Amino acid sequence: MDASSALPTENTREQTFRLWRGERDEGEFQDFKATVTDGMVVLDVVLQIQAEQANDLACRWNCKAGKCGSCSAEVNGKPKLMCMTRLDQLPANEPVTVEPMRAFPHVKDLVTDVSWNFEQKMKVAKFQPRAPDAPDGTWRMQQADVDRVQEFRKCIECFLCQDVCHVLRDHHKHDEFIGPRFITYVAALEMHPLDTADRIPALKEEHGVGFCNITKCCTEVCPEHIQITDNAIIPLKERVVDQFYDPVGKLVKIFSRRSTNT
Amino acid sequence: MTGEYETVEHDVLVIGAGGAGLRAAIEAASTGVRVGLVCKSLLGKAHTVMAEGGVAAAMGNVDDRDDWKVHFADTMRGGQYINNWRMAELHAREAGARVNELEAWGALFDRTPDGRILQRNFGGHKYPRLAHVGDRTGLEMIRTLQDHGIHQGIDIHMEVTIVALLTDGGRVCGAFGYDRERGRFHVYKAAAVVMATGGIGRAFKITSNSWEYTGDGHALAYDAGAALQDMEFVQFHPTGMIWPPSVRGILVTEGVRGEGGILKNNQGKRFMFDNIPDNYKSSTADNLEEGWKYVTGDKNSRRPPELLTRDHVARMIMREVKEGRGSPHGGVFLDIAWIKEHIPNAAEHIKRKLPSMYHQFMQLAGIDITKEAMEIGPTTHYVMGGIRVDGDTQMSTVPGLFACGEVAAGLHGANRLGGNSLSDLIVFGQRAGEHAAKFAKANKKYTIDPAQADNAARAALAPFDRTTTADGPFQVQEALQETMHANVGIVRNDADLRSALATINTLREKAANVAVRGNRNYNPGWNTALDLPSLLTVSEALTRAAIAREESRGGHFREDKPDKDPAFGTFNFVITKGADGEMQLKREQIPEMPANLKAIIEENK
Repeated sequence: MDASSALPTENTREQTFRLWRGERDEGEFQDFKATVTDGMVVLDVVLQIQAEQANDLACRWNCKAGKCGSCSAEVNGKPKLMCMTRLDQLPANEPVTVEPMRAFPHVKDLVTDVSWNFEQKMKVAKFQPRAPDAPDGTWRMQQADVDRVQEFRKCIECFLCQDVCHVLRDHHKHDEFIGPRFITYVAALEMHPLDTADRIPALKEEHGVGFCNITKCCTEVCPEHIQITDNAIIPLKERVVDQFYDPVGKLVKIFSRRSTNT
Repeated sequence: MTGEYETVEHDVLVIGAGGAGLRAAIEAASTGVRVGLVCKSLLGKAHTVMAEGGVAAAMGNVDDRDDWKVHFADTMRGGQYINNWRMAELHAREAGARVNELEAWGALFDRTPDGRILQRNFGGHKYPRLAHVGDRTGLEMIRTLQDHGIHQGIDIHMEVTIVALLTDGGRVCGAFGYDRERGRFHVYKAAAVVMATGGIGRAFKITSNSWEYTGDGHALAYDAGAALQDMEFVQFHPTGMIWPPSVRGILVTEGVRGEGGILKNNQGKRFMFDNIPDNYKSSTADNLEEGWKYVTGDKNSRRPPELLTRDHVARMIMREVKEGRGSPHGGVFLDIAWIKEHIPNAAEHIKRKLPSMYHQFMQLAGIDITKEAMEIGPTTHYVMGGIRVDGDTQMSTVPGLFACGEVAAGLHGANRLGGNSLSDLIVFGQRAGEHAAKFAKANKKYTIDPAQADNAARAALAPFDRTTTADGPFQVQEALQETMHANVGIVRNDADLRSALATINTLREKAANVAVRGNRNYNPGWNTALDLPSLLTVSEALTRAAIAREESRGGHFREDKPDKDPAFGTFNFVITKGADGEMQLKREQIPEMPANLKAIIEENK
């Protein structure tokens, strides 16, 4: 199927990988020496160590192509997908540290309990389309309207944005704030050309959009380069303001109500 | 050991949460039965996310000459006429409705100028037929099904691996498995089970499939008495990444060729024009200009040879490599950048049409596909074979056991057309869910045999008791992958296949002696050890079927029998577990096709 034998030799070297080992609250870094080559990604090395040195090394992964969002971890302290982090982007003469996402409960080694995220999605009102546009039950939409939402729908649910968000990571507001991933999810629904539901009141109350103070850390770590802060969070904050805090709008509302009452 | 297992009861249990499993669960839940959904990974991570090109449905939005009949004929031609014609018919008739339903659940496909769902060209499809979202259609589909599915009252059990089906007097009545997090055993009682576990790609060394695709569903069904069919037919996708080595096997969507990408050898020659199969000659362009016109939507042009079926393209690439005309890393060149000769703003166009391909090559290989050609080669992608099912109900030969998606056989025959897998998931996911619910309602009474659960638990824990220092689970898996790759790959022959069979037997002994260390908590060594029996079962099944099929057809190519033999076109090879535990292979005649379907095939020849 290939011509492996004809492959040119690559530059191989030995590098230390400092991996977090342990279960639940107990753990420590353990050093592994690995033979690595140019072009390898961190996940390759972790799986190589797993196969050759530590069969019980726990790590999540699936597609190995940056499309499923399973292999989220903190590489040299930065939230990353292990499958998309090339070794040649990291210092070659220092150990590479790999540890689990720190904003979620630890399970084992590089694996965390991300079930909280799945619970947050359940809280968001589901998609509610308008009546079909055509007699055959289909809709008509323009590409431009679709394109606007596609950015948010690229999300692979790696939860790196949740991991890095101060509100969750440092202030532990998991009960009051759904986090950047699910604000982006709300944005995708709110800006969906067919959707008719109003999620703005929930965004203000249960979803806690006000907790976000726009530090843009989520945007920086997004492997899909979604402009989470600028394109999802800020526009939704504006909608909340328009609906609940806009003084002019409030006056207009009050007067229009009065005039219809009289 | 009895009684130590956490036990839950559903009416319908769906195993696997990719597109097919999710669609089946949604359908079953809509009928009011209690539904459980088990998945090996987290929800939304299944291999459906990797599907790029689109979902095939003859909606005729781009070319109104298209209809279900042409789609049916294309599917049968691609499958070399050994498909389950009833499935091919239902699939072609129902795919459009299933795609529209996704839109009603929130999916956003790319649009035509008049606002309808846009459709693109793909290999083997006569007209532009693939509804798509750039090159991330699979993600759109699984996320839509997931986001809709979580509001349907389905009980979802994530990161659970099933190791045995439970049966009662020949019918299925549940499943037994463990959760990855704690390694605890669970009994899932269910009056009907839907198998939607996907494929077998991990049996091969170079594959687009993730660690999950170890043929669990095939093996579980086989062990429970179900028949497997067409196991010799594996699809090697012609375009996988080959460089750097760590990305080897990762899929490069056929959409690249659908958008005008061309294949070239190291002499810069478009070698696909060299050898066009007779049955596709009338529908394939014979010059460069016509091929380009086709991908830009000219209805009077024929498709470029790069869009011939995947089996043919894969073999053509292998020939270039073998004869010394390959790329530096043992593949050929796939060039989309060249379209700048034809259109202004080509770079922007490529980034918009193929965003994740652009991203993938930029990030993993340091290649800008708007400027340079990609190096690609074949990768193990899909298994056409699987659980033999009834075309209408998707029930296997075991009462109460249903199958849909990649783990089911029949729709694709000897070779699957691109885009027909996503439509397969939703058409037959819906059918399997509906009929599993019906079966569950009508067959509520069953008895769980605790001994079956105990036996499965004992087998699952055995690797902890072993102290051998021989090959570990990952080494046995790797040895199997090497063997399958070398001997049961794109080009096969009798001697190689027999040697693979012998190696599989040796590896079976090794697998039975694999020892694992550590505890049961999230232990990939243990988990891999438990995947080995499934991998070995599917590897043996596909090797045996490949030995028996002494001809070349679709995804199965024998260099010692390079021609198609009409005598092999009238039946399917079917595999069951004999009373002695050995694999039995037999021929099952394909039923006579009704006259109306025959006429459709003739009209579209």
